[in-house]
Amino acid sequence: MTQLQYKRAGSANGRTGSRYWRSKTAYLGVLPFLAFAGVFLLFPTWNVVSGAFRDNYGELSTTILKSVFNDPIARHAFGNSLELSAKTAVVGAILGGLFAWAIATGKPGGVFYKVAVALSSVLAQFGGVMLVFAFLATFGFNGLVLTFATKFLPTTFLADASWLYSMNGLAVLYTFFQIPLMVLVFLPTLENLKPQWREASDALGGKSFEYWLRVGIPILTPSFAGAALLLFVNSFSAYATANVLINLADYLTPLQIATALTSETGGSNPAEAKVLSFYMVIVVVIAMTMYALLRRKVSNWEQRR
Amino acid sequence: MRQSLGVRLWRLSIIAFVAFYLLVPLYAMFDFSTKPFGFADKGRTFRAWQMIGEQQDLFQAVTRSLISAAIVMALILFLVVPTAIWVHLKLPLLRRPFELLCLLPLAIPAIVIVVGIAPLYRWISINVSESPITLAGVYSMLILPYTYRSLSAALDAVDIHTLAEAATTLGATISRVIFGIIMPTIRTGIINGSFIAIALVLGEYTISNILNFKTFQVVIAQIGRSNGNVAVAVSLASLLFVLFLLLLIPNKKRQGAVLDVDLA
Repeated sequence: MTQLQYKRAGSANGRTGSRYWRSKTAYLGVLPFLAFAGVFLLFPTWNVVSGAFRDNYGELSTTILKSVFNDPIARHAFGNSLELSAKTAVVGAILGGLFAWAIATGKPGGVFYKVAVALSSVLAQFGGVMLVFAFLATFGFNGLVLTFATKFLPTTFLADASWLYSMNGLAVLYTFFQIPLMVLVFLPTLENLKPQWREASDALGGKSFEYWLRVGIPILTPSFAGAALLLFVNSFSAYATANVLINLADYLTPLQIATALTSETGGSNPAEAKVLSFYMVIVVVIAMTMYALLRRKVSNWEQRR
Repeated sequence: MRQSLGVRLWRLSIIAFVAFYLLVPLYAMFDFSTKPFGFADKGRTFRAWQMIGEQQDLFQAVTRSLISAAIVMALILFLVVPTAIWVHLKLPLLRRPFELLCLLPLAIPAIVIVVGIAPLYRWISINVSESPITLAGVYSMLILPYTYRSLSAALDAVDIHTLAEAATTLGATISRVIFGIIMPTIRTGIINGSFIAIALVLGEYTISNILNFKTFQVVIAQIGRSNGNVAVAVSLASLLFVLFLLLLIPNKKRQGAVLDVDLA
């Protein structure tokens, strides 16, 4: 501990931890939590990150890191993952953003507002097993839309359930939980738009589209982009939905990781799983850093609720 | 302010489109789960809903998931919350590292955590217990960012330093300060954290499926392989249950905080 810290510790303004600070034993207080987090959080993280630079025998090497990077199958899966996440993030952000606007312009605290917000918070967590069943019940064999389509629209793609088991099908499923998540993230921002700005624009003779073009959209862009990044991470990390719907090992990176980890045919390859995980973490860290930077830009006006 | 016709039209068409997207699958679940069995294609039957009661696995899984949710909540109450208060009160230098540690799970998707933690759970299964309840350990870490968000907001809102010093002057011990004085003042934050804990534990699939633990979601997926109607009925039932719970919470402020997914 430096001299300066001792001085700050003694200060009476209370903000620096006041007199307790003198005791080094205070640090013992965080030990139980640190031990727990060490076992269940830091150890797995370290295991993945350090494991990415080892081979299957535990020797330091970058062979697997390179071979996975050059592996066409892994590249394809990673590309699929990125494409799916980007698409569903953009579509989800636009649809969810518009829906959030529709909610925000309604009567605050009204029935529609309450139901829409509650429904969004449930459906945003709806990914995975139950979501797949919902869509199988809709577009799958014997499902609502399929039955309807075979009767009235037999020539369209809806009359055949196979589209559901493709990238497009996955995108439709993912968008289902992206829209509500966007509503949850973006609604507070919209509600914090000050009515005075609109009034000022109106008073100066601005038309509605001019308000949106010159005030609304520029102000909302950072939060909108931030929310879209969050959506991107959300679907990039998703595993359950794809696993239940199409358990094809090489389709998406999360599926490939799971297969490399647990392969029942004896092809288990934990080092490959770690390397793939490491690449995923890099993408997520980049996205979350950009998100944090965008938030900093926003926080000036928005977080004064 | 009266809305112009154009705005109202836009609004209605957006609501109609999104509501159609979100509600049709939900109605389809109801439709599918009440379809008659066998070759009859007319009429309705609630057999699938009645069969929910016969699923032994399901009830075991729900019970175990609820037990792990309770353990996660206990870990939050007796480990995470006191540590957060301790750091706020006495170790200001550790605030930033502590925050980073709590936000770390955001950078690590569940599928990555499972890769790192698989050896640990192999060891736990052999030496401690094979029960899915042991997953409470990793679950409590997964929700750390959300817990931290609601906690730090609550801790910033009250002047805990003054509270702590007043209590100490009056002779309270430090455990009394944490559990008797500060925790009651931030209970809304704690309740929010617990609510998220239940939602996460009941909805978790990735980790338990890969580590071969039979939790609620894993069992639903299993039922779906043998009996689609029942699985759809269970999914719809649990969805409606959670929606009902959420609508029961009348406090708008609390609801807003539960929904606070503003992460970093």
